[in-house]
Amino acid sequence: MKITKDKILPYLLVSPYLLHFGLFVAFPVIFSIVLTFHNWDIISPMEFTGLNNYVRLFSDKIFFKSLLNTLLFLCIHIPLQIVVALFLAEILNQNINFRGLFRGAFFLPVIVSGVVVTILWQQLYGFDAGLINRMLVKIGMNKIGWLTDPNVAMISIAVMATWKNVGLYIILFLVGLQTVPGHYYEAADLEGASRSQKFFRITLPMINPTIFMVVLLSTVGGFSLFIEPYVMTGGGPLNSTISAVLYIYKQGFFYYHMGYAATLGLFFAVIIMLVVVIQKKYVEQET
Amino acid sequence: MKLFNKILFYVSLTISAIAFIYPFYWMIVASFAPENEIGSLTLLPTDFSFSSYLQMFKKIPIGKSFLNSLLVASSVTGGVLVFGSMVGYALARMEFWGRNVIFYIIVFTMTLPFQITLIPQYIIMVKFQWVDTYLALIMPYLINALSIIMFRQYFKTIPQSLIDAARLDGCNELQIIFKILWPNSVPAIVTIGILTFMASWNEVLWPIIVIRDESLMTMPQLVTLFAVGGRAESQLGVKLASAVMLALPIIIAYLFFQKYFIQSMASSGIKE
Repeated sequence: MKITKDKILPYLLVSPYLLHFGLFVAFPVIFSIVLTFHNWDIISPMEFTGLNNYVRLFSDKIFFKSLLNTLLFLCIHIPLQIVVALFLAEILNQNINFRGLFRGAFFLPVIVSGVVVTILWQQLYGFDAGLINRMLVKIGMNKIGWLTDPNVAMISIAVMATWKNVGLYIILFLVGLQTVPGHYYEAADLEGASRSQKFFRITLPMINPTIFMVVLLSTVGGFSLFIEPYVMTGGGPLNSTISAVLYIYKQGFFYYHMGYAATLGLFFAVIIMLVVVIQKKYVEQET
Repeated sequence: MKLFNKILFYVSLTISAIAFIYPFYWMIVASFAPENEIGSLTLLPTDFSFSSYLQMFKKIPIGKSFLNSLLVASSVTGGVLVFGSMVGYALARMEFWGRNVIFYIIVFTMTLPFQITLIPQYIIMVKFQWVDTYLALIMPYLINALSIIMFRQYFKTIPQSLIDAARLDGCNELQIIFKILWPNSVPAIVTIGILTFMASWNEVLWPIIVIRDESLMTMPQLVTLFAVGGRAESQLGVKLASAVMLALPIIIAYLFFQKYFIQSMASSGIKE
């Protein structure tokens, strides 16, 4: 009797997870594959359409525009983030007074909701009354259409996202920098190495794993870009800031094209997983 | 040269800190400024007024949405802690058939992008008639793969003798988890608690999809729809006032528990 109870117990403990997994992960994944072969607005019966959704996807210019936008976002966001975070972390890692105070300030945007940051920056980026353009005018420069110029809008969003997240990456780099053994620098000092030599020859190679982690984290974050364009631009001007998630949202919950939205979601998820796997493989090779 | 470097460091840090703090300062001051001054405001308005806040309170149920967010985030955090430690304990401390399979499923779930389950999960909510209920906001988040993994890691470091002693005293497995392991796992509980609460508190996409009834909306959702929809009537002050209200609870919590916030969020990155 006791033996059977002991045998069942672990399964009882993990059963909430299995239930949750079945209902909210396994079933949705299978169902989303089924959905891709159908047209459905939830209300009327599902209509089988074969590969129609896939054909449509591959000729959907807006979807590919949204993928390109996401790529552009990542190409600005990731390098900018790494440079700024590394620069500030490197300074904070010196013998600095008020380090906690500075760190706390850089971290503030990280904990605040993305909605707050977006509403705030929407005002900063305003064309006439925005703080940034007012400053530009003051120093004699022309106003920039931060959110109204299709060539600039996505860059503006990427800069804002960097401002929001960089505090977290400063902390991660600080942790990374503290793992570099002090005697490396002492040895370099004896050899008469300059500050920049020490940075590029010792620091950078030693914190490579942290850099890869930052790339990975911000890639996944960039792929989920939604609230920023949703609030700031609605995806405009001229679809220049529409992100993949925003487009999926529009197809699903604006037009109620559940089958097509599921197809977009599945396709995009496969891209994300491929990118993450490639990045992880690359890291394993490097380290 | 040394002194020059020091000065350079402090100047860079101070300029950067201003770049991070000043926008928040501007937002708060602008929310108290008269509407016609916001467009030219830099440091202080000529007059302080609460009119933006009064108008916002009239237009949207921000107080109710605060309570909704509190209820949802607390329930989710409670569920994640209770279920996460149960599953984590079984995986860390018990031998059973299929344990490794379950562990790999959990690890796989962590890497699965949400974009794939978004649409089907919404359809489940429709079929369960959970749309426009708290259940839609709570149930999908009640268990979380990362928290299970973190509990499993942490429980592995607790000495077996502690568990054996508790068993001799007649504790059952649930008592062992919640009476013996929990008091010895405070850092893990704080980390998972903060991460879960923050994620739930700040979530916007899912609430926008499953909640349409204004009295059930979470705070970030209500503020988002207020800012996007026409109801702020392009009044900057009112929009900013709603953003300040949304930022306030987390900033207050952050001022008190700054150390734990930074530690938790940094550890979430390192665990990836």
